[in-house]
Parts: sequence; C-alpha cells; structure tokens
Amino acid sequence: MKALLPILTVLAAIVVLWYGAAVWLNSQWIYDQAARAGTEVTVTQLLSETMVQDRPVLPAPHQVAQGLWDGLAGQKITSKRSLVYHGWITLSATMAGFALGTGLGILLAVGIVHSRAMDMSVMPWAIASQTVPILAIAPMVIVVLASLGIKGLLPKAIIAAYLSFFPVLVGMVKGLRAPEGQQLDLLRTYNASGAATFWKLRLPSSMPYLFASLKVGIAAALVGAIVAELPAGATMGLGARLLSGSYYGQTIQIWAALFTAAALAASLVMIVGVIERVTLKRMGMAR
Amino acid sequence: MIWALGAIAFWIAGSALNVWIAGRYGRARWARLFVPLLFGATLLVLWEGLVRGLDVSPVILPPPSMIAARFAQSTDLLWGDFIQTILKGALSGYVIGCGAAVAVAVLIDRSPFLQRGLLPVGNFVAALPIVGIAPILVMWFGFDWQSKAAVVVVMVFFPVLVNMVAGLAATDHLQRDLMATYSASYGQSLLKLRLPAAMPFLFNGLKIATTLALIGAIVAEFFGSPTRGMGFRINTAVGQLDMPLVWAEITVAALAGSGFFGGMALIEKAVTFWHPSQRAR
Repeated sequence: MKALLPILTVLAAIVVLWYGAAVWLNSQWIYDQAARAGTEVTVTQLLSETMVQDRPVLPAPHQVAQGLWDGLAGQKITSKRSLVYHGWITLSATMAGFALGTGLGILLAVGIVHSRAMDMSVMPWAIASQTVPILAIAPMVIVVLASLGIKGLLPKAIIAAYLSFFPVLVGMVKGLRAPEGQQLDLLRTYNASGAATFWKLRLPSSMPYLFASLKVGIAAALVGAIVAELPAGATMGLGARLLSGSYYGQTIQIWAALFTAAALAASLVMIVGVIERVTLKRMGMAR
Repeated sequence: MIWALGAIAFWIAGSALNVWIAGRYGRARWARLFVPLLFGATLLVLWEGLVRGLDVSPVILPPPSMIAARFAQSTDLLWGDFIQTILKGALSGYVIGCGAAVAVAVLIDRSPFLQRGLLPVGNFVAALPIVGIAPILVMWFGFDWQSKAAVVVVMVFFPVLVNMVAGLAATDHLQRDLMATYSASYGQSLLKLRLPAAMPFLFNGLKIATTLALIGAIVAEFFGSPTRGMGFRINTAVGQLDMPLVWAEITVAALAGSGFFGGMALIEKAVTFWHPSQRAR
C-alpha cells in the first residue's frame, strides 16, 4: 500500500508525458495539412486534431485503449481481428516452448550437478550460447523448419524453449547445489543413496531458485514466441500483428498488440508467482 | 555412413577422455580450458560427420567446413554488415542507453519517493517483450542505424537502471555512518563510497545488456533497413536459400556477442577486483 502512491504518480507522469509527446509528434501532419489548405492552425484545433488521427505517429493513450478494447472485446474471439485470438496463438506457442525449455533445463541441471565432466564441458558452452543473439536468427530457424515441412506451433515453441532454458538451467544448478555441506553430510551418515539425496534434499531445496528462474524464463519464452512470428508469411499471433501493423502504418494496431503482449507477460509472471507462493507455503519454505 | 559412424566414434572417445580428465585433473587450470574446448570440437565434428554421412542437404543444414569456406570468401561483406549493425547500431545505442540509465539512477537516488515509484515500473518494463517497439521506432527514426540504436537504448535502459539502483543501495549502515563521521558531503560519499560499491551490480546489468543490445540491433533490421546489416543479410540470404552465408553471419554475431560479453567481463575484473566473486578463484 505504501508503494501505491509513488507508482501511481509515476504512471500518471508517464501518461501526461505521452499526451504531450502525442501532440508534439502528430502536429507535423496537421501543420502540413493547414499549409496545403492555406489556413492557420489554432492551439485548440491542434490539440483536438492530434488526438483523433487515423494513423498518428504516436497514438494518444485513449486511442490505444480504444484499439485495445476493440480488439479484445469488440470482436468475436474467432475473428482474425480479435486480439484474443492472436494472443491465444502466441500464448500456446509460449507455453509449449516454456514446458520444453524448463524440462530440458532441469534435466541438464541434474546432469551437471551429478557429473563433474558434464559440468566442466557443458556449462561454459551454455553460458556462451547466451551471448549469441539467437533471438535475431529466430526467423531463419522458422523458415528452415518450414522448408522441412515442420510448421505451426513447434518451430515457435523451439525458439521459446531455447530462450527459456538458460535461466532455468542456471537457477537449477545453483538451487541443486544450495544444500550445505552439513546437510549433505547428515544424509551420508544415514547412508542415503544418491537418488534419495536428490529427491529428499537437493530437489526440495532448489525450489526457491527454480521459481525465481521460471519467472525470468516465462517472460523470455513469450519474447521468443513473438519474435518467431515475425518472418513474413506468418498471419497469426501477436508478432504477426506487429509486423502487419508496421507494413500498413497502422500505429494503433501496433500499440494495441504491444499492450496485449505486455499484459500477457505480466499475467504469466504473476501466475508463476502465485504458484510459487502456494508451493513454498505447502513445503514450509514461505518467507 | 563411414562419416557418420566415425563422427559418433570420435564423439564418444572425446567424451570418455573428458570424463577421465575431469575426474583426474578436475582442479587443474589447463583442464578447465581443455575440457570445454574438446567438448566444442567434438560437437563440431559430430555436426560435420552427421551432415555428410546422412547426406543432409546444405539448404537445411550446411556442414561447418562449408560455412568456414563461405566465411573466408565473403569477409568484406561480413565486415560491412558488422560495422553497420554492431558498431553503428548496437554499440552507440548501448553506450547511450547504459549512460542514461546510470545517470537516471544517480538522479533518482536522492528521492526515495521516485525510487519507490520508478523501481516497480522499471522491473515490470524489464520483463516486457520490448523488442515489440522495434517497428514503432523504425517508423520514427527511419531505416538507417539511428532507429536500431534507439531500439537498443530502450532495451538496455531498464535492466541497467534496476541494477544500478540496487547497487547504489548496497552500502550498509556502518559504512555510511563512517562517511558521516568524516563529515563527507553527499557528493563525496557518492563518489568515494557508493559508486564503487555499486560497481558489481552495475556490471551485472551491463553484461546482461550486451546480449540485449545485439538482439535489438539485429531484430530491428527485420522491420526495415538499408541494404546492409546483419539482420538484413540474414533475411535476404534465407530468401535465396544461401544457408552458408546465414550461418557465417550467425558466426559473426556469435563472435561479436562473446567478444562484447568477454570484454565487459574483463573490464569488470579490472574495476571490481576487490569483490569476493573476483578474488575467490
């Protein structure tokens, strides 16, 4: 509650700045029109006309809200104009990729923690793989997979998986190594097998780390799914909405798709957060 | 078939050697370098062997030797793309974005109110698919590298801001009280205590931002670019099914990304030599 007032203030400041920027950026077009018609532009005219253009340079917040409402609630869900429809396409690819990436990340982490050779050989490459701007070549992967006959959900999911796997891997390696020497020694005095140590000590103690990286991973997976929709030819999904908007100068469409993506990212992270809280509480690790 | 079997045999032998070295000389310095290198080499050999042995069409996946040949053959082209995308687009955007983020972090440092307002918003924005604003910025700033730099600025700004603000808050009471007993002014304690203490956090953000910068610069080119640049080249080469060239560009991107990241890590090592994470090894 204490944080609410400052956040609202900052958000209000952003909206005010946005309106100002909208007037400033869109005024050029008005002046051009007026010069062509040979008339003068009054301030009130300027203010009112910069708010209602069809293809503004920067749409005013209420225009974006209007476009967002139109796309979310004003269409049938199955319509090609509905943001719910496009959002669902992106979301399904995100979830599939997230599941793939998380599974792979956890498996690799288990291998790395248990095998010194794997730790030494895989870990440097896993880190190096993240300095490669893989996202930038995502469209190429899509095109190549399409030429192999693999289309639809899977190629997008692969990109999303690649992006979400790394945070999970790093977090899980850290988490599986989180138990202290004392705890490990205790299990050794019980003559616990490697598997028992894993299930009863390492896995439970890695949960906080796992959830922290799941939050990063799911946001990354969404970015991957959106970028995977960018190559020309894709007609469905939020990324395709962005691209077609930029081709036809439909700025309001771009902003609406962008805000849908933002809301999607925020709610995904929040859902993971809720699962985290419930799980940690059940496991007695709530902070 | 011989190729594929040979490659698999080499891979198994390499892995076995790695396991042996890791078990026996795991602590040695040369082993830390040698094991990952051998692992990388076995992967390359496996790739080459499988592609040749199974007769995979180069349109789908070219073997590494073909990529290397294409790389050597078109260095001029690649160098031009490198300058356009990495040096002009990514690097200038990176410098502006990180500079702005550090400046804003220092400015809002004096106002807890602004911090409490900006930080959650910054954290939220940092998790958003910011790449999505690329089409908008390309519309505003035109097709040349300025728009790519703008995308990079927006992409790197929030991660660096969040880390820098956390870094400025990283000093503990004892240290600040000591500065107060010296009757240090705000500026002095900022310069001598809090900025140095913030460096590990800042570099954490800067390292994350290196990859983001490259991604931003390359992806922004998909929305429109002059007839050079890595994103443009990748897009057109895919259209011509010139996969070796695509992979050569990817190699450049990978080298640039690793180099950029490695450079930041080296600077970090020089600046924060006092930090436990740097002294430990």
